[in-house]
Amino acid sequence: MATAANKSTAPAQHDVDLLIEEYGYDDHFHEHHEGDKYQSNFFTTYIFSQDHKMIARQFLITGMFWAVIGGLMSLVFRLQLGFPEESLAWLKPVLGKWITINADTGLGTLAPEFYYALVTMHGTIIVFFVLTAGLSGTFSNLLIPLQVGARDMASPFLNMLSYWFFFMAGLVMFFSLFLSTGPFAGGWTAYPPLSALPQASSGSAGGMTLWLISLTFFVVSVLLGGVNYITTVLNLRTKGMNMWRLPLTIWAFFVTAVLGLLSFPVLVSGFFLLIFDRTLGTSFFLNEIFVGGQALDHVGGSPILYQHLFWFLGHPEVYIIILPAMGIVSEVLSVHSRKPIFGYKAMVFSILAIGFLSFIVWAHHMFMSGVNPFISNFFVVFTLIIAVPSAVKVFNWITTIYGGNIRFTSAALFGVGFVSMFISGGLTGIFLGNSAIDIQMHDTYFVVAHFHIVMGVAAFFGMFAGVYHWFPKMFGRFMNETMGKVHFWGTMIGAYAIFWPMHYLGMAGVPRRYYRFDNFDTFSHFSAMNQFITVAAILVFAMQIIFIVNFFRSIWFGKKMTSRNPYGANTLEWTTPIDVPHGNWPGKIPAVQRWAYDYGKGGEENVSQIVPLAEGEHDQGH
Amino acid sequence: MNTVATTNETVFTGRNKIHPHKFALYVACASIVMLFTAFTSAYIVRQASGNWLEFRLPDLFFVNTGVILLSSLTLQTSYWSFKRDKKEAYRGLLTLSFLLGLTFLVLQYKAWQSMAEIGVMLDGNPSGSFIYLISGVHAAHVLGGIAALFVALTHAFILPVKATPRRTLRFELVLIYWHFVGFLWLYLLGFFVVSAG
Ligand code: HEM
Ligand SMILES: [Cu+2]
Repeated sequence: MATAANKSTAPAQHDVDLLIEEYGYDDHFHEHHEGDKYQSNFFTTYIFSQDHKMIARQFLITGMFWAVIGGLMSLVFRLQLGFPEESLAWLKPVLGKWITINADTGLGTLAPEFYYALVTMHGTIIVFFVLTAGLSGTFSNLLIPLQVGARDMASPFLNMLSYWFFFMAGLVMFFSLFLSTGPFAGGWTAYPPLSALPQASSGSAGGMTLWLISLTFFVVSVLLGGVNYITTVLNLRTKGMNMWRLPLTIWAFFVTAVLGLLSFPVLVSGFFLLIFDRTLGTSFFLNEIFVGGQALDHVGGSPILYQHLFWFLGHPEVYIIILPAMGIVSEVLSVHSRKPIFGYKAMVFSILAIGFLSFIVWAHHMFMSGVNPFISNFFVVFTLIIAVPSAVKVFNWITTIYGGNIRFTSAALFGVGFVSMFISGGLTGIFLGNSAIDIQMHDTYFVVAHFHIVMGVAAFFGMFAGVYHWFPKMFGRFMNETMGKVHFWGTMIGAYAIFWPMHYLGMAGVPRRYYRFDNFDTFSHFSAMNQFITVAAILVFAMQIIFIVNFFRSIWFGKKMTSRNPYGANTLEWTTPIDVPHGNWPGKIPAVQRWAYDYGKGGEENVSQIVPLAEGEHDQGH
Repeated sequence: MNTVATTNETVFTGRNKIHPHKFALYVACASIVMLFTAFTSAYIVRQASGNWLEFRLPDLFFVNTGVILLSSLTLQTSYWSFKRDKKEAYRGLLTLSFLLGLTFLVLQYKAWQSMAEIGVMLDGNPSGSFIYLISGVHAAHVLGGIAALFVALTHAFILPVKATPRRTLRFELVLIYWHFVGFLWLYLLGFFVVSAG
């Protein structure tokens, strides 16, 4: 980091202040805000804060908490898959009755119902709480006002509510883990009938009820956040900040919020139908079902209907997860390779194209659900077309760093790692997008490998890149670079070690969501591979402990930030004082004079967005 | 609540053509539209797969359409009166709109009862369940509007009648939302009628 700081040729502090003073926009903010009433005590500053920067940190730390829980769950079920014969009796103190101990042998086994509960909770927690709230919630909150040049979000109050709904969603889900019947265990996609009939399995009762309550709170949180993000980007940009001057982070967060606002309500409609089926005896999703030999009254519904509603959200949701990571990586790669982002407009248009296409591909999750094969063809075509804007982005990232003066900081490494993961996982997506190949691959470990690499690991990498890069903005100190690099290499190698072998398992037809494989002759020769995966998973988890230690240690003991623009970046968040006040800028709001990517222009290493265009100089962003 | 409003008034720089709160409301409406689009799409998909009970929609649905549209009209007129400082008309029409809103809810409930009377039950064939569900969720959104109208009503009678920018904005927010749920009902009823063929 020291080198990064030294290399930067950021204008001296008073230059920035002079530029803001001279060209900035005076909104008389501080005349109204002397001695802010609502930021004056501990509760209003740290707990019920309405400051977007504090809310961002709340999202991040809550997301990290959930990442640890979700990660630990995966270790337990990986132990079961890798070492089905080993005793898990030592987990009894934590898992209680979900570990049964054989009285004769003393062997502790994981209850199969609980295995399913773990897999389900792992998916739900990571997808929604960590990679949606923890990623988009953190960085949209932190960066939108700072990078568009706004004092705060359009509605700081709704923004605060957004966090607290997320918090309550977490609380309810956490509580469901301790039910005597266990949390919901029917998979993160919550397909009926397991989700629609309280008597269908142990987790389908109270566990599913709490799952629905929790996710409803969660959707409210996403919607409140999204309304704010969209409004802030469209309405509160500072003087001179037209849409073509927005950093790609903001474009990504913006489109993410639009996707969320249009797709989450559809999930809610599915939830309403589920709740009615569960409690009011309707049959939206249920038809001619027998439970325990007993025919139920429910007739006339269709479980496929739920799949349509779920995946109409579900597919945009995976882009809600990946787009913010893409935006972060674009910014981080450009700053740390000291080059303008390659093909800025192509990047914007591919974000928009991905956003649009993500709404018309959902049935690629349902090729094997009995949808009409002719209709499948339509979805095959659009699914494969999504690969085009995705490839454009990959090409542009590579071209951005190509020939750059790359500083291999932890943030930049995770950015490059993201690109690698996105390529690997995107390629397997093209396999799965062909409905004929999907007949073999559907519901196997190939799918597990695909989405963990392209979404799970890649989005985590985007998040790490963002945390290392903007940590000084959040806490005024740097994270430790050595630990960061160990974290990167360990995670990068380890993640491939976990998920690469899964492709082979999947091609051989090993199904996902099975409790154990050693009693199937066809799969028994994979036991060594499963052990290898489990060991790799444990090591990768250990790497994350390094990150967490680094994170919390750096909050208090990290190297202090001494200049306000340590990386020599161009975007507005680096024009604020080191200790960012409420309202972000102590005086006027800076005015924007150029696009965000003038690196290496006219012999200057970087030119901040607030520096006026020289006579006859052309602005790339118009 | 107060601090929030002041915060936003200062955050809002006046360089924008539309107030952020109003814009945020439009965005929220878009999201509600998606909710009902999903319901009605689910309805179409389910209807296409057969075993679909056909029945006559309750007449009250049509009467009620008049009620909610009338309330939109009275609220709009109340808003105009507010802007022109016509205190009596403003208060009277606002109260009337509030009462019409309540009437709408009561009549929707009666309509559900009349459906049950002809044997279309919530837990029967999905064709009926969908009507109950969709009109029910719509009624919940109307209830939200009535709550907002109630707040507007207390303001109208407690605060001095003066069209300050802040109070005009608040009124406009209620007005937009109320028109929105009215037109939403119009769409839903039109959908029910057309899809029943
Ligand atoms: C080139 C682009 C991509 C294509 C063509 C593609 C295609 C597919 C297909 C066809 C499936 C269904 C497989 C099955 O269940 O049989 C699938 C599953 C999945 N994909 Fe992708 N994908 C692409 C990119 C992505 C991205 C960028 C993400 C996330 C960021 C993602 C996340 C997922 C997830 C989460 C699942 C599995 C969900 C589940 O069943 O639990 N995919 N993908
Ligand atoms: Cu998909």
